[in-house]
Amino acid sequence: MSWLGRLFSRRRLYKDLSEEIQEHLEEKIEELAAGGMSRKEATAAARRAFGNVTLTEEDSRNVWRWPSVEELLADVRYGVRALRRNPMFTAVAMLTIAIGIGANTAVFSVVNSVLLKPLNYPKAEELVALHQIAPGAPGLADFENGLLISPSMYFTYSEHNQTFQSLGVWTTDISNVTGLEEPEQVRAVVVSDGVLQALGVAPRLGRWLMAADQAPRGPQRVMLSYGYWQRRFGGDRGVVGRNITVDSQSTEIVGVMPKGFRFVDTDFDLVEPVQFDRGKLILAGFGFNGIARSRPGVTLAEANADIKRMLPIWMDSWSNGPGTDPHAYEKWKITPMIRPLKQQVIGNVSEVLWVVMGTLGLVMLIACANVTNLLLVRVEARQQELAVRTALGAGWGRIVCGLQVESVMLGLMGGVLGVAVANGGVHLLVAMGPANLPRLSEISLDWRTLEFTVLLSLLSGSLFGLIPALKYAGPKASLALQSAGRSISVSQERHRARSILVVVQVAMALVLLVSAGLMIRTFLALRTVDPGFADARHLQLMRVGIPDSLIHETQRVMRTQNEILDKLAAIPGVQSAAFASEMPMEGFDSDWDTIFVEGKTYRKGEMPPLHFYKHVSPGFPAAAGARIISGRDFRWDDVYGLRPVVMVSENLAREAWGTAENAIGKRLTEDPGLPWREVIGVIQDVPERGVQEKAPAIVYWPPLVENLFGRGPAQPTRVVTFVARSERAGTESLLREMRQAVWSVSSNLPLASVRTMQEVYDKSMARSSFTLVMLGIAGAMALVLGLIGIYGVISYTVSQRQREIGIRLALGAQGGDVLQMVLKQGAKMTLVGVVIGIGAALALTRLMTNLLFGVTAHDPMTFAAVAALLILIALLACYIPARRAMLVDPIVALRYE
Amino acid sequence: MKKTVQRDLFPGALEMMILRTLRQKPSHGYALVQLIKRTSHDLLQIEEGSLYPALQRLLKEELVKAEWGVSSTNRRVRIYRLTAAGAKHLEREVSSFERMLEGITRVLAPGES
Repeated sequence: MSWLGRLFSRRRLYKDLSEEIQEHLEEKIEELAAGGMSRKEATAAARRAFGNVTLTEEDSRNVWRWPSVEELLADVRYGVRALRRNPMFTAVAMLTIAIGIGANTAVFSVVNSVLLKPLNYPKAEELVALHQIAPGAPGLADFENGLLISPSMYFTYSEHNQTFQSLGVWTTDISNVTGLEEPEQVRAVVVSDGVLQALGVAPRLGRWLMAADQAPRGPQRVMLSYGYWQRRFGGDRGVVGRNITVDSQSTEIVGVMPKGFRFVDTDFDLVEPVQFDRGKLILAGFGFNGIARSRPGVTLAEANADIKRMLPIWMDSWSNGPGTDPHAYEKWKITPMIRPLKQQVIGNVSEVLWVVMGTLGLVMLIACANVTNLLLVRVEARQQELAVRTALGAGWGRIVCGLQVESVMLGLMGGVLGVAVANGGVHLLVAMGPANLPRLSEISLDWRTLEFTVLLSLLSGSLFGLIPALKYAGPKASLALQSAGRSISVSQERHRARSILVVVQVAMALVLLVSAGLMIRTFLALRTVDPGFADARHLQLMRVGIPDSLIHETQRVMRTQNEILDKLAAIPGVQSAAFASEMPMEGFDSDWDTIFVEGKTYRKGEMPPLHFYKHVSPGFPAAAGARIISGRDFRWDDVYGLRPVVMVSENLAREAWGTAENAIGKRLTEDPGLPWREVIGVIQDVPERGVQEKAPAIVYWPPLVENLFGRGPAQPTRVVTFVARSERAGTESLLREMRQAVWSVSSNLPLASVRTMQEVYDKSMARSSFTLVMLGIAGAMALVLGLIGIYGVISYTVSQRQREIGIRLALGAQGGDVLQMVLKQGAKMTLVGVVIGIGAALALTRLMTNLLFGVTAHDPMTFAAVAALLILIALLACYIPARRAMLVDPIVALRYE
Repeated sequence: MKKTVQRDLFPGALEMMILRTLRQKPSHGYALVQLIKRTSHDLLQIEEGSLYPALQRLLKEELVKAEWGVSSTNRRVRIYRLTAAGAKHLEREVSSFERMLEGITRVLAPGES
């Protein structure tokens, strides 16, 4: 018989089989009856001798089929019927699971896209960031980016290395493109030869920028991003070879990068070549990011050793000018700390994501515990059905399997719904995520995520199905038949599973709530830090750059900026205006340099500390809302008169001269060969890099300084952020008037980074607020699920104990006693849960230490408050069923017996 | 209980006995039970039910075939009959069983042979 034939003739086979067995029994009975037994006795004896008829038939049928699959199908059919019979239960359980799985899937898709997937470059594992630190360089040590790479370092590294296939340096810039419709500021990445080669992504059109393109006085060349090409040129394939005006210079387009190409983690419009004038390079100028593709098989340690080997070559090959000691840099202890490019891209976000993933995992567990509880109650209600099935010959394994199939089905259906939840969740996460969340554009639900969801559904399904299945499908299930129908008071033992679940839920909810509480405290602490500006909502920012090619003469640059400032200040509703090379927290690459204090002796060759510096216009402290601690602000005659004056931050003043008052009239310089500059004002400390970081010592230069850093006559700051304080900040009308103000001065000036200070501030807090929101959501979910758990268990016990309570009341117990008894039960579970939860939280919150600010991971206040809150709410959840217990009418309760 | 025979015998023993009995005389399930009981002088008590899964296995492997017929007691029964393949299978099984038995005997009574 063929396999297929068998499949079709199966029904007949089964019929034959049962008929045959029936005949067998008949024959036996007849024989026994013939031997003198009564017919009834004979039937019983025949059945005893034969064994379990159903099981035998089933075993016999199993010979013909693929038993496990078919049994499974039968269980699935049965499960569907069982779930359909109880739609309320199914809906509640499915929703609980769907929310849990949805939240976890959403976060996993983010974790997967951001942390797990390799970067979108060929053989991305070979790509490294040339990170290096300089612990010996004061002021540089706490520098997030380490010591960047100077152009001379780049030449040394790229020419002498033995471990890299290609190596280059890059930085970002803002360029002005004119002559194409409106003048536009575009985002540019400036790359040296070796960078595009290292990334290894072929251009869509044309060619890469090459060594020949970076000659300082050669023809200007540029590449376009796919997006810019589409936006400005409509995807015209003839664009290669055309000229556009970039920073007022005619520049040839040599290529277009393909769609989806991102530069490390930067969106860009143009790729421009660096233009290093090799003959004029010095050792310093640490302003570039290094990137390289290591040779196959080279480890990070080998690459680090290679760089370390080249540092002396670098110091021997270049100098900082006559009279300086190139080996002074040995004191900086420059140390290569090469890291995978992916790590560089991901940065500090991985911690946040893992914490969020972990908390949502806990929520999932709580959800599972809830569903387990529901299932326990349900299985209890179905004891009779299970007992009947056992009596009819169902094996123990078969029943466990059936219950498991049901719960796994629940899990899977929850998972399907969960994917829908996750889809919404991912959009929410992307919208809400830290603005600097790396690889944001890559986040999506992919196959890996779906695999995760399926796995999670199966796992959770079998997890919450296992306990009820094991507990109630045991061999003793047949006992249930006898007692079914009569409501006995349920033994303590049968409540234990549910109570343990509730305790676990309370414990996990406590952990989550404590984490959320710590984040709230962090957030509050961050908000109390003086950011160095006031009323950020009413501070409008706008960045304007004046290219060298448009206005060359320095005094004219200054006058143009001054003119813009006057026009801005004249706009109705603008109270004050000023400009600065950057506002706090704007996130532009900071400028650092050495500062010498008059009267302090520096050993020969010793480098004085590096300090953060910026340029600010007169009126800046007033407009921004930064307090002047002592002395005075710059005045325009200081600026135009090129007076050697400077302001410093309070911490710098204290460090150098003891107090802010003492600093006034003292002098400092950026180079001992240059004139001293007099300190005329001290400004409050400003946390430039965000309120969670220590405020750096800052030197404030006027916008125009004579011979600053020995760069010859007054150098203006060409790209500045204008700030205007106005009630109308952020409104479209104000922005229009500000744009007109700028363009009325010079129609070719592009604008960028138009935003309010509040947006900048929020963005710098994004990591903390994102974590806060996520933990808040997780905590709230945990709290609600935990409450449902407690409420469910207590009200179930109350309904089970109705008779007992009735008896107690009949025997004279007061309502209050009953209330107390029930509350006590709830309080006991809650307290045990809280104690366990505190223990777990003490261990777990340590993992989020780096996310906290102004509060320790073991903050007793938070722990106490959360514990109190949880106990209070839990008692509230117990109170409703407890009241119901108190109101039990003894007569009614006893009548049903 | 239901698996007594299979537990006490080795796997395939029941099938072997069924085949052996059928070689002697095609018969139906109930008769098979009686025959085996009788031939073994009641040494082997098989639970009657366990016969049927075994018969189904043999049917599936086409070592026996079955057809409806009428028994000597005039009842409608399914009569099983050995196929050629079944006969060959039985021979192989028996000879391998005998070898095994011999081996076991030697171990249990060393030095006697």
